[in-house]
Amino acid sequence: MYDKEKLKQLESAEENYMSRWQKNVEKLAAQGKSAERKGKFVTGSGASVNQLYTPLDVADIDYLENIGFPGQYPFTRGVQPNMYRGRLWTMRQYAGFSNAEESNARYKYLLEQGQTGLSIAFDLPTQIGYDSDHPMAEGEVGKVGVAIDSLADMEILIDGIPLDKVSTSMTINAPAAILLAFYIAVAEKQGVTPDKLNGTIQNDILKEYAARGTYIFPPAPSMRLITDIFEFCSKFVPNWNTISISGYHIREAGSTAVQEVAFTLANGIAYVDAAIKAGLDVDTFAGRLSFFFNAHNDLLEEVAKFRAARRIWAKIMKERFKAKKERSMMLRFHTQTAGSTLTAQQPDNNIVRVTIQTLAAVLGGTQSLHTNSRDEALALPTEESVRIALRTQQIVAYESGVAETVDPLAGSYYVEALTNRIEKEAWEYIYKIDQMGGAVKAIEQGYIQKEIQDAAYEYQKEIESGKRIVVGVNKFQIEEKAPEGLLKVDPNVGILQAKKLAELKAKRDGIAVQNALDELRAGAKGDANLMPLILKAAKVYCTEGEICDVLREIFGEYTPIQVL
Amino acid sequence: MVESKIRVLVAKPGLDGHDRGAKVIARAFRDAGFEVIYTGLRQTPEQIVAAAIQEDVDVVAISLLSGAHNTLMPKIVNLLKEKGAGDKLVIGGGVIPDDDIPGLKAAGIAEVFTPGTPTSVPIEFIKANVKK
Repeated sequence: MYDKEKLKQLESAEENYMSRWQKNVEKLAAQGKSAERKGKFVTGSGASVNQLYTPLDVADIDYLENIGFPGQYPFTRGVQPNMYRGRLWTMRQYAGFSNAEESNARYKYLLEQGQTGLSIAFDLPTQIGYDSDHPMAEGEVGKVGVAIDSLADMEILIDGIPLDKVSTSMTINAPAAILLAFYIAVAEKQGVTPDKLNGTIQNDILKEYAARGTYIFPPAPSMRLITDIFEFCSKFVPNWNTISISGYHIREAGSTAVQEVAFTLANGIAYVDAAIKAGLDVDTFAGRLSFFFNAHNDLLEEVAKFRAARRIWAKIMKERFKAKKERSMMLRFHTQTAGSTLTAQQPDNNIVRVTIQTLAAVLGGTQSLHTNSRDEALALPTEESVRIALRTQQIVAYESGVAETVDPLAGSYYVEALTNRIEKEAWEYIYKIDQMGGAVKAIEQGYIQKEIQDAAYEYQKEIESGKRIVVGVNKFQIEEKAPEGLLKVDPNVGILQAKKLAELKAKRDGIAVQNALDELRAGAKGDANLMPLILKAAKVYCTEGEICDVLREIFGEYTPIQVL
Repeated sequence: MVESKIRVLVAKPGLDGHDRGAKVIARAFRDAGFEVIYTGLRQTPEQIVAAAIQEDVDVVAISLLSGAHNTLMPKIVNLLKEKGAGDKLVIGGGVIPDDDIPGLKAAGIAEVFTPGTPTSVPIEFIKANVKK
């Protein structure tokens, strides 16, 4: 990127710029002034940080080849030519709790407050394919998200929300096909055809095995469900993001920034491989793959991470999978600020952490963002906390100035050097996983889980030894009163939901339900695309649990390997 | 005479998949010299109690971040008592609102550890309170 002759001057003996600077540093230290605060400086992920970065650290970068222009391969600077000067990122707060009625009210509130997309949080029984009256659902109904048992609940959940105008993200994985079917069916009742729908299903089972835990079926049938969705949506729901390949939960489970990128992209490779093996042409589905990353506290490392991830994925799609369309090579991503960095101590400090993380996501070129609320280490967020979190995004968007030009940190010696380093180290992991036979194999052997756990334990030990400072937790503590006004979920939501289910089962067409489930069973035994069969079952009000039970019967359930 | 090691079952009841805390605490217990058995995810209270009895543990450490603590933690204590294993020390950890802690203690959870607690705190608590 620089004139090689001029670069030499920095280091050359006559000019001696570098050594003069180093001597000045040493002189200060020898005088006891301004000695370094610690022996080793590291990023949030523990990578060592030099005292100073200069053009020498980025001397090998070829601007056009490695960085380029926004909206062009390798997309280091972003996927849109003008990024936020055209349209700001979508402000999308993940929300959902209790029953469909209460969550519907929260969505309407958020849309009134200027949020621009919906993001549905489902409760754990919904995520694991149990109806609210299942014994395993005891105590869990409506707790971490909204309980959706059938199309009837989905009708209430998005009542009065125009599905041709709002894009909706659904955090649903193992039963993604079923919840997508409920959504399509409600839209049709609103008069909105599937081709008009915009949104995302998470649908990323591999990270469930590795880090998040809401798996149902073993890998092979799970991958089949995923590729069935790719194929179905490419024909009928062309604007839908069919998967959100997620590093977020890998990072929350304790990984480093490099591992987050590497394991996510290795999972991405596994999905593309599976779809190609299922007979799909890469350019028919790759443009609808989306990603989901974490925004952690180390601002500059995170920005570099997002930039490196875009560059690696572009190369993977072009070189490994021979994608032709530029769209197939673009890594488009959603970001959520890091829940694991929120502290229960002095919770208002979390607003500041979330602001830094928001800057990281925006300077890293995210397409959409969820900002966490200050009270999430204590309970589900209150309406007031969620509003502050949304306002944080709005202040960064409208007041900070960082959205006024594209990729403003490009060319920073440090950020470019970090981007290169993260890319290099992520490739090393990706090659290693390739050698193990791909991400599915690496997860089955517990390799990815072990790598994440080692990093998580290291992180915890650093906090406990005081090597890593967490303000308010291991330094700057105060005596605190117990927090007040936390959100409480009605403990009776499980009972109410079970009652609704009983009523539904009494009034729906029992023969149609039985026929739809029988057809699904036959389809699952064979190799039919399951999506139309699931949609048919959804429309006659088969419950989520009934549909999943049929699939459990044919596919079996996943048994995880225990790694400690 | 060598004292026998304290045996701890780290348990994840319910559907909660957040096991970073469970795994970190399991390792910290092991580094502190305890013998540790981890149940893995999605265990019913019945399965956890069966494992506690079969493994003859001294301590059951329950990790729960899904909000189902008021239902599942007391259930484990009651089942332990029913099976004649009420002498085991039962502790809990996770995202648990302060308001819920008195109720959990009344139900027989000896102590509840919330986010930000150093691993040394439950380790010392176990050493001080285990019946051995």
